[in-house]
Amino acid sequence: MKTVLETRGLSHTYSPGTPFEKKAIDDISVRLYEGEQIAIIGHTGSGKSTFIQHLNGLLNPSSGKVLYKGEDVFGSKEKTHSLRFNVGLVFQYPEYQLFEETVFKDIAFGPSNMKLDAKEIDERVREAASFVGIDEDLFEKSPLELSGGQKRRVAIAGVIAMRPSVLILDEPTAGLDPSGRTDILNNIKLYGDRTGSTIILVTHNMDDAADFADRLLVFSKGKIINDGKSSDVFSDAEFLGSIGLDIPKPTEIATKLREGGLKLPSHIYTLQALKTEILRLKKGGAELV
Amino acid sequence: MDKIIKIQNLHYTYPEDEIETLRGLNLEIERGSFVAVLGHNGSGKSTLAKLLNALLLPTEGKVFIDGMDSSDESLTLEIRRTVGLVFQNPDNQLVANLVEDDVAFAPENLGIPADEIRRRVDEALETVGLTDLKLHAPHLLSGGQKQRVAIAGILAMLPSCIVLDEPTAMLDPAGRKEVLASVHRLCREKDITVILITHHMSECIDADRVVVLSDGLMVADGSPSEVFSQVELLESEGLSVPETTKLLFELSNEGFELDLSALSSEACATEILEVFKAV
Amino acid sequence: MVPSLFKNVTLGQYFPGDTVLHRLDPRAKLIFVFIFIVALFTALNWCSFALIFVLTISCILISKIKMKTLLSGMKPILIIILLTAFLNLFYTPGEPLFDFWIFHISKEGLKKSILMSGRIILLISGTLLLTYTTSPIALTDGLEYLLNPLKKIKVPIHEMSMMMSMALRFIPTLIEEMDKIISAQKARGADFDTGGLIKKAKALLPILVPLFVSAFRRADELAIAMESRCYHGGEGRTRMKQLKMKTADYIALALAFAVLMGAVVLSSFGL
Repeated sequence: MKTVLETRGLSHTYSPGTPFEKKAIDDISVRLYEGEQIAIIGHTGSGKSTFIQHLNGLLNPSSGKVLYKGEDVFGSKEKTHSLRFNVGLVFQYPEYQLFEETVFKDIAFGPSNMKLDAKEIDERVREAASFVGIDEDLFEKSPLELSGGQKRRVAIAGVIAMRPSVLILDEPTAGLDPSGRTDILNNIKLYGDRTGSTIILVTHNMDDAADFADRLLVFSKGKIINDGKSSDVFSDAEFLGSIGLDIPKPTEIATKLREGGLKLPSHIYTLQALKTEILRLKKGGAELV
Repeated sequence: MDKIIKIQNLHYTYPEDEIETLRGLNLEIERGSFVAVLGHNGSGKSTLAKLLNALLLPTEGKVFIDGMDSSDESLTLEIRRTVGLVFQNPDNQLVANLVEDDVAFAPENLGIPADEIRRRVDEALETVGLTDLKLHAPHLLSGGQKQRVAIAGILAMLPSCIVLDEPTAMLDPAGRKEVLASVHRLCREKDITVILITHHMSECIDADRVVVLSDGLMVADGSPSEVFSQVELLESEGLSVPETTKLLFELSNEGFELDLSALSSEACATEILEVFKAV
Repeated sequence: MVPSLFKNVTLGQYFPGDTVLHRLDPRAKLIFVFIFIVALFTALNWCSFALIFVLTISCILISKIKMKTLLSGMKPILIIILLTAFLNLFYTPGEPLFDFWIFHISKEGLKKSILMSGRIILLISGTLLLTYTTSPIALTDGLEYLLNPLKKIKVPIHEMSMMMSMALRFIPTLIEEMDKIISAQKARGADFDTGGLIKKAKALLPILVPLFVSAFRRADELAIAMESRCYHGGEGRTRMKQLKMKTADYIALALAFAVLMGAVVLSSFGL
């Protein structure tokens, strides 16, 4: 698998030399590969936001390197500036950044900053809008006329329209109702599958992370303390509790079932998997121990 | 008054809208109870919250707060003192520069004497566990802390009822826990009627009663177990059911006899284990 | 993460502390500064100036504010101080003291130069001390009390004070929000650094529009929250914290007045 982003010894300290000095991330070295769907979890203040803002060049490291496709992203101002088009970052509550007169123009903001011609911009806007489920008849409306959910989709489309090879989303489902959440996550997953872009989802929601990602990065106090398959992390209730994170409900139920004597296999963290295993055991005539 | 809130044939249409947001709601809330109100976005939940403290007046029908008719403008202040409202956005409720000054805002508006305000502020901050932060500036607090200040600000009015409109929607899991802990204390310890409007199933599990709104009408009303076991209804409303209920529901579709009202992980596990014991 | 614009502003900032000056009633301090400024402008000679100078230095020492901080607060008006000193030094007619090429410095010129620029320095020091030792909200409260009588002629003192205090509450919040908007727009390739004046102004739209939209929404939500907490204007409102003048406040005022009188008296002795 090809490496798309890599950090080496990445650290960042805010307000160095003042009473407010804070080391937000400490010596992070990690490789992210093309086409991966990754979830980043961690308590508030664990360094997730600081980390992702280095990946698209918004923040400069206090020490360490960030490499995009092998090149140092902070090597020159041009490189850092153009990185934003290759590594798209959607912040929390992105609907608050909409500003253009029409939906079309707002989605086109990113591509226009890339100095593309009108035809290319048009194509990208339409493509991005269709990925997030924004109908073309909304194009000429003012973004302020849309519902909260629609505004969010427009904001996400605005980043997708840059056709980044890495798409990072910080809590894309924050504040949405359950059906809104499912829709957005499905759209994102589909986008990743269709375009082969690397998707990084930063979330607090264990269930979202569990459903979405194959690989999980767990942040705690400025460091990555776990980097591996979701199934390994989510099924370890003790570990999650020790770093102040919620346990996915299915994991909790599975633990209780095992305590009651049911010999469930260890790495269960999704509802579907749990159901499948329970049925399998029952059909196989398993008994409680 | 046994029923602190009585809603009769409540209709409401926003001035700029053509369709009604609330289409004839009938609801009575028992004093001291903890009621959860669920519904998809646009179902009328927030509108209902504002009608409960006379921020909005019914276009048809009546809302009675502790016997007071909400459309009687001479009673507006008393109604708003009786039913406090906590909103979704933690920042946009805090007006003062210090936590304790913000909590004092409502009693100051009510013309309460200074030392009585002081007493109430201290007690309210104690109830939500923020006594140590009373001299802090609001912008330095976490989301969960800000919401608790908002709750304290309402408590200082000595209300009989608190309505919380999706108070945890913008909070992280830690903040959500803090706020819910405070909300539970209000009900259990302070005997305040609590109406919690939310999306999160997990927040409703401990409620006395769950009401589901859809397109301006009530479509379900009962205890948490009664309501959550109506899995198909809830899912068609774009609401998710608790994982425990969903698991039990899907397993029961495979032919197993399961009590869908087992909401907690323990209860759910116990139900499933029974299946394996019965041979 | 506050934008670098706002990081090093010491002008008008508040430094919390527990000195006598910090604990004085804001009304007393406001009146004190007022009297102080009047005294400064009646002082015309060395003696009266010396009196005010001693008062100012004592206040600085009591407040425990570092000289470095005070001096950096004066940086913005350094030009004015130097200009005043320069103009008065070289353009005041009188008994010649020093003559070199085109430069004529008179005795009066030297005196005037020092006194005039000294006046500006003391003036700024006094106001800086006020804002360094009094929180913005205390200042607002103090002003509200002092201006209260104006309510009788229908000046909306309560409303203005409410607006001031809420503005103060939201400044940090708005700065934080602006920061987030800037980051989000930068992430879409917005460039705020390059281009001429017009281009840079246009580049501000992606920041200002969302900020304004958000500010209006905030105001709307706040108004609703305030109303549901029984806010109905200033009528019948009480205050939990009431400003009370204590002995120390009266002493401070008496001192200010004494210095004013002293300055007037000493000025008329022409030294």
